[in-house]
Amino acid sequence: MLALIICIGVILGVVIALAYAERKVAAFIQDRLGPTEVGPYGMFQAIIDVLKLLQKEDIIPAVADKALFRIAPIIIFAAVLAGFAVVPVSPDIISSGAEVGIFFLLSIVSLDVIGLLMAGWGSNNKYAVLGAMRSVGQIVSYEIPAGLAILSAVMICQSLNLQEISFQQGILLNQFAGLENEKNYLFGLKALNIDVTAVGGITTWNIIRMPFLLVSFIIYYIASLAECNRAPFDIPEAESELVAGFHVEYSGFRFAALFLAEYTMMVLVCLVATILFLGSWNTPLPNIGPLKLATWTTGTPGTIGANLWGFFWLMSKVSVLLLSQIWLRWTYPRMRVDQLMQLCWKILIPASLVMVLLAGIWRLLMI
Amino acid sequence: MEKNTIHIDSKNNFFGAIRSLWSGLMLSLRHITKATKRRQPTYVSDPEYFTQKEGLVTLKYPYEAIPVPDNGRYRLHNEIDDCIVCDLCAKICPVNCIEIESIKATEEIGITSDGTKKRLYAPKFDIDLAKCCYCGLCTTVCPTDCLTMTKVYDFSELDIKNMIYHFTDLTPEQAQEKQELYEKQQAAAAQAKAEALKAKQRS
Repeated sequence: MLALIICIGVILGVVIALAYAERKVAAFIQDRLGPTEVGPYGMFQAIIDVLKLLQKEDIIPAVADKALFRIAPIIIFAAVLAGFAVVPVSPDIISSGAEVGIFFLLSIVSLDVIGLLMAGWGSNNKYAVLGAMRSVGQIVSYEIPAGLAILSAVMICQSLNLQEISFQQGILLNQFAGLENEKNYLFGLKALNIDVTAVGGITTWNIIRMPFLLVSFIIYYIASLAECNRAPFDIPEAESELVAGFHVEYSGFRFAALFLAEYTMMVLVCLVATILFLGSWNTPLPNIGPLKLATWTTGTPGTIGANLWGFFWLMSKVSVLLLSQIWLRWTYPRMRVDQLMQLCWKILIPASLVMVLLAGIWRLLMI
Repeated sequence: MEKNTIHIDSKNNFFGAIRSLWSGLMLSLRHITKATKRRQPTYVSDPEYFTQKEGLVTLKYPYEAIPVPDNGRYRLHNEIDDCIVCDLCAKICPVNCIEIESIKATEEIGITSDGTKKRLYAPKFDIDLAKCCYCGLCTTVCPTDCLTMTKVYDFSELDIKNMIYHFTDLTPEQAQEKQELYEKQQAAAAQAKAEALKAKQRS
């Protein structure tokens, strides 16, 4: 219960900061000032907007399917929130160290699609249905390259447990139960015979352990943008064509929940990208000779220091990814539906299949 | 110049597309890095005006404003002391936003600053600026130049009734008094005329 409260608190904080950052970055790219009025530099604008949404009237269209309409935002948000259950925050903090962590995460987050469809259908509005169909088509398609990209990382790590994957990517490798005798080799190639188990830092991140995972990371990153309906894949809520897609009929708190779910999804996909490819909560600084940078910036597991370092590194990496998502959104125009599907089925899926093959070969070389 | 030009020759040019995407990202990044600068709200006559090519352009309006030219023509103002209540402005107004009533004075009540004699009181001189279309016709026809457009352009009101500007210098009581004075004078004149007529008939 406590974990849930902390989780929701942290997510709300991050999401509010993200909404503020998005406005400021958007403004700066467009040579504007962004919010300035509420609080210093307009910092409280996002909070005020949440308060505004909460006090708005809860409108349910007269001929809407009321049950579906009411439940949809809850299902969407709950599905995304449930994904956080298996996300490790530091060597010691993890809500659920489930052995099938990433599998659970992928399956529970795909419940999101049901929620979107319920929202679109329940609104009894053709634009909402159209938006929901586009959204669902997009998310279902992009789950394939995302899943395959994740699969290639999982094949390298030989584990579905997110905490185990995290431990593998740092100097604490041997402290995880079952990995006592494992060794990390540079680029994962035993033939090179450069043991980097004690060096840690960026050298043991998955994208260095298996350099081609960088391609997988890019595939996953593009697919995850599409999964959380971010530009340039924001056709479900194309404001110039559909007004707001599947949530066109929502108001007040229900809209806030959908909005929150979208931003929470952004945080979640960035967390997954960080954990699978960018070294999770591990420090990027390697041990170089007497400079034990990795050891100093990791701390001893079990102490508060280690937890704070873990949280800090994880959140910094996630923040960089989130900022890059915002940056992309305000740079690129929206893609057309056919371009979207072409990118997914003709480019990303074949490329990720090749990555799965390469990951298999690399795993053979590692042992 | 050459550096920033991206040429994409075919539809399926993978690296061309990547280069184009990258240059787009760099373009928005350049704008982010220049976000520490702000363009100053200077008037076009300022020598700095055209040199401020980068930075944020937002004008924090109530706190900052671009200077209005001295001959800016926005809100109407009537200098009622100079007004001879000729009603020309109300007649020419294309949107009928000026309403004038007049009371004849019993005697000459003053001279305007350009030397015209004033013979009419204005118990009502209202301009509804919510209706005004800012064409300026009323200011051109005004014979004494008492109706002018001023530099003030920000005069929003919470209540639309406050958009009606009352320029009269008479209170309703004074107007009533002037009206009565005039009627009394008219009555006296009529009586004198009637008496004169009677005397003429008698003789």
